Amino acid sequence: MKKSIVTIFILLVVSNVLFAQQKYFTRSGTISFFSKTPVENIEAVNHQTSCILDTQTGEVAVSAQMKGFEFEKALMQEHFNENYVESHKFPKATFKGEVVGFSSLTFSDETPNTVEVKGMLSIHGVDKQIKTSGTVSKVKDNYMAQAKFNVSPDDFDIKIPKAVINNISKEIEVSINLQLEPYAQ
Amino acid sequence: MHNKLITLISSFVLLLFVSQAYAQDDLLNLLEQETQNKQSTEFVYATFKATRIINSQSVETTAGGNLNFIIAHRFGKINDGWYELWGLDNATIRLGLEYGITDWLNIGIGRSSYLKTADIYGKLRIIRQSSGAKNFPFSAVLFSNVAENGMHWSEPDRVNYFSSRLSYASQLLLARKFSNAFSLQLSPTYIHRNFVETKEDQNDVLAIGAGGRIKLSNRVSINAEYFYQLPGTNSEKFYNSVALGIDIETGGHVFQFHVTNSKGMIEQYFIAGTTGDMFDGDIFFGFNINRVFTLKKAK
Repeated sequence: MKKSIVTIFILLVVSNVLFAQQKYFTRSGTISFFSKTPVENIEAVNHQTSCILDTQTGEVAVSAQMKGFEFEKALMQEHFNENYVESHKFPKATFKGEVVGFSSLTFSDETPNTVEVKGMLSIHGVDKQIKTSGTVSKVKDNYMAQAKFNVSPDDFDIKIPKAVINNISKEIEVSINLQLEPYAQ
Repeated sequence: MHNKLITLISSFVLLLFVSQAYAQDDLLNLLEQETQNKQSTEFVYATFKATRIINSQSVETTAGGNLNFIIAHRFGKINDGWYELWGLDNATIRLGLEYGITDWLNIGIGRSSYLKTADIYGKLRIIRQSSGAKNFPFSAVLFSNVAENGMHWSEPDRVNYFSSRLSYASQLLLARKFSNAFSLQLSPTYIHRNFVETKEDQNDVLAIGAGGRIKLSNRVSINAEYFYQLPGTNSEKFYNSVALGIDIETGGHVFQFHVTNSKGMIEQYFIAGTTGDMFDGDIFFGFNINRVFTLKKAK
């Protein structure tokens, strides 16, 4: 009996080591996007982006409420939600993918590592594989992550009426900035 | 032997159970759970496309730091026929400016060619429809105006007071966005006129308005409104105001085209002073153009 208890205990410890995944999390990350045309520049920021990173597998997931994007002009914000991304139908933008080779990275002195990130970006109900490069550094217990990539409204089935076709860029630059803290289960 | 087997199996089951507890294979689901734990309040936006449903005020306000320039026309009666080009030869106009001091407080001024009237008003949002952490089923807005009739005195020989030119309208606007496509508003209204033409006319008029919209697409909606004057509060020569229209939104503009039996474009005139009998063909074609200028940008 004693033996079996010990066995169970050892097994538990082993399984803990095997399966305890180290995760980092934030719900206050920043995503901004920028559309530049000769007619006008459009910029929006979302400060309530949530992200979770599994440092063992390099897997990462990002989620942002479309209504959380703030614009300079109130009317733009209303039209963004109502007419373009249709937030009532598709309330969130998500990304699910991986930081390639995360486990083999070494972190020292807050030096940023350049990494490749790839995965599925989902906006306006449309999924698209994307690949981009970013940086990750470790500051004390937190991971700081940044990435930049371009998206096209057309790829996500976001229709732009002819009247404003010159006001909205075909390539919109998206920047993401995260400070990930250890995730308490 | 038997004992050992049980130990082995139970250990295995335990191992499986523990591993299950740790392996949250889908990170997105985990994120979903995390964000649901901390629910925020979501305020309803765009109950209507413009600050007017058609003639009347909607619960929408001009956003803080924005200036809304509203050009409104009502043409002549459609039943005037060919000679007046079905009313297009005769237009009355109202030019209006509306400023958002904040998102919840607006002030506005306007000038109507009809009865050469100037008006000034304020609009105060009391509560917004919301869901999530804080749930509230409708939006409520207070509206109040003063209008000054600038026509020459009909009897200049009489002693006329400036105060006789003034009239007031106050409304409580209650609206709910039932779905993305459908919104409905109720507008209890109190109108006071300092001076009325005849004994039969009353100084105070009570009315209740109902208005709504159905969206045909993201940028186009059909709107309708009706104001019912409570019996005995107004002279019977005035009809209830009816209007049917279409809103078209293009970037910075909202175009509103409509037909109505009211010629006036301020509350005291269309709610309590509509002379057009719709069933007699007294229908006016008209439009409002809303153009918003961002004077102060949000930080």
